[in-house]
Amino acid sequence: MLTITPSDYNALRAHGEETYPHECCGVLLGYADDGTNRVIAIERAGNTRTDRAHDRYNIAPEELIRIQRQARERDMDIVGFYHSHPDHPAQWSQTDLAEAHWIGCSYVITSVPKGTATVTTSFLLTGTTEEDKRFIDEPVHIETATARQKEAK
Amino acid sequence: MKIHIPTPLRVYTEKQASVSVDAETVSDALAALTATHPDLKKHLYTEEGKLRSFVNIYLNDDDIRYLPEKEATPVKDSDTLSIIPSIAGGAPGATAVMNEVKREEVTLSNDEIQRYSRHLIMPEVGRDGQKKLKAARVLCIGAGGLGSPLALYLAAAGVGTLGLVDADVVDSSNLQRQVIHSTRDIGRSKLDSAEEKLTGLNPYIRIVKFNTMLNSANALEIFKDFDIIVDGTDNFPTRYLVNDACVLSGKPNVYGSIFRFEGQASVFATKEGPCYRCLYPEPPPPGLVPSCAEGGVLGILPGLVGVIQATEAIKLILGNGEPLIGRLLLIDALGMRFRELKLRKDADCPVCGANPTVTKLMDYQQFCGIPAVTEKTTEAKNLIPQMQPEELKRRIDAGEKPFILDVREPHEYQIANIGGHLIPLNTLQQRISELDTSQEIVVHCKSGGRSQQAAELLQKAGFMKVHNLAGGINAWSEKVDPRSPKY
Repeated sequence: MLTITPSDYNALRAHGEETYPHECCGVLLGYADDGTNRVIAIERAGNTRTDRAHDRYNIAPEELIRIQRQARERDMDIVGFYHSHPDHPAQWSQTDLAEAHWIGCSYVITSVPKGTATVTTSFLLTGTTEEDKRFIDEPVHIETATARQKEAK
Repeated sequence: MKIHIPTPLRVYTEKQASVSVDAETVSDALAALTATHPDLKKHLYTEEGKLRSFVNIYLNDDDIRYLPEKEATPVKDSDTLSIIPSIAGGAPGATAVMNEVKREEVTLSNDEIQRYSRHLIMPEVGRDGQKKLKAARVLCIGAGGLGSPLALYLAAAGVGTLGLVDADVVDSSNLQRQVIHSTRDIGRSKLDSAEEKLTGLNPYIRIVKFNTMLNSANALEIFKDFDIIVDGTDNFPTRYLVNDACVLSGKPNVYGSIFRFEGQASVFATKEGPCYRCLYPEPPPPGLVPSCAEGGVLGILPGLVGVIQATEAIKLILGNGEPLIGRLLLIDALGMRFRELKLRKDADCPVCGANPTVTKLMDYQQFCGIPAVTEKTTEAKNLIPQMQPEELKRRIDAGEKPFILDVREPHEYQIANIGGHLIPLNTLQQRISELDTSQEIVVHCKSGGRSQQAAELLQKAGFMKVHNLAGGINAWSEKVDPRSPKY
């Protein structure tokens, strides 16, 4: 399961609308908790695939290093990534699977037909190696900050 | 120094987010890391011991690949090393059929680098792309009209494994378009002839020959060792067989077909796109759509369409560009116009839909309404007695004078004829009054298909003494009179 606050959820969807007709991408920060990836913050990233940004995304490793370093300073980890599919369903593609290497992380996809974000789904990359890795559907739980605080108490 | 471990790899470092090691250089540090945590090794390195292409190693803020001394760069205790698997992906569009693993297993020799230099200098192909091509395994169904240009260009491009399925021998009537074969190959197996040309063109590739007709019993077994199937067949049963076997085995079907001046091309049976059956759920009734052997084909057309198929296969391998997925390209060589139809995946498709009813291969001859070939062609077919050419010769020699009806087209009559009365099949109904119901009639065409239809039509109209010349005028040429040209 992926848990995320309404504001982060809305922000990552809005990001896909802003970059339409290009793909947006970003990083989900938080911590993994007994099979649940809990998102505490999201970090926008630039799409380096300017050659074909309408159907490809790539986050520069330099940017990842920076995001990871900042996350570490705030006691967070990378728990997943998000990107948008302009004019395509919120379903992972063969390219998404082939290029996904962060086993245990959540890959969130938002469908943005004609510039308006519709469906947002999350897929957990499971498996143990490059050879047997696969995506499984993962429920997205949008939790309010108060619910999260209660739980923390 | 400190090495930061990314979340997916922490299962191999007892959940530690960072590991401290003593090291002089980057490679020392990585060696120390994998020595303490040996399970990490296969995630970071290929079997050849090279860093996997998607694994980025950063020394502080620098990618070690771009440091002058690369992995030999010296390190200090205060430095940090980060392991960053790449983050990328994209919407469906291009289908990447080649995975990293296969590509990483191949290497290019200096000779190959020189050979493929025009590819290597293009960023869209480059060294990685060329390795993908070398790792790719493409199966061509048919080494004929479409198969010739296809196989030649795929071989030249460096597709590492090319499979060819064909059971035919080279015939002189093939050479008008099947440019992989030569005049001296007439009578030779198409596979052997093609293999010679392909390895002559590129000795760095492997040719796998399947000297058989593709059928329901062998298709899945043959397909299993290939990544992409290219359909260069000329008949409906095999076309449906290739499509269904592609869907069932999850391999893209690069489709092409040709007739006279027109061609079609598409990419079927990818996960996201439609299959041939989404476009044509049912085959046309037998005989409605003539084959190239019956209707003819402009010799250059398979060159045009085959090269389009080869281009699509290469794009699928490279994972680049926009493949013809969900698009049917229509080629009109006479008008020289290319049009495109959008194709949709049919949710109710019997083979690739949500609830498929076709879950294994079937009898495609039967599916396409083609009766099984009987051993004795003299047996009556649909109540029409079949006459062998030798029998017709005997009757003519005996002075029986059977009425010979030729149902071919006038231009075919000019190529070869046996003095029959010419009424093309499509005008037979109107001109039926020219015939005498009481007379014995032997109907013929080029190879026996159209004349069978004509005989059935005559029988329905009340002609009781109608025979079909088995094998048509071509069989006549083979068995009775070799002076009559075969075409």
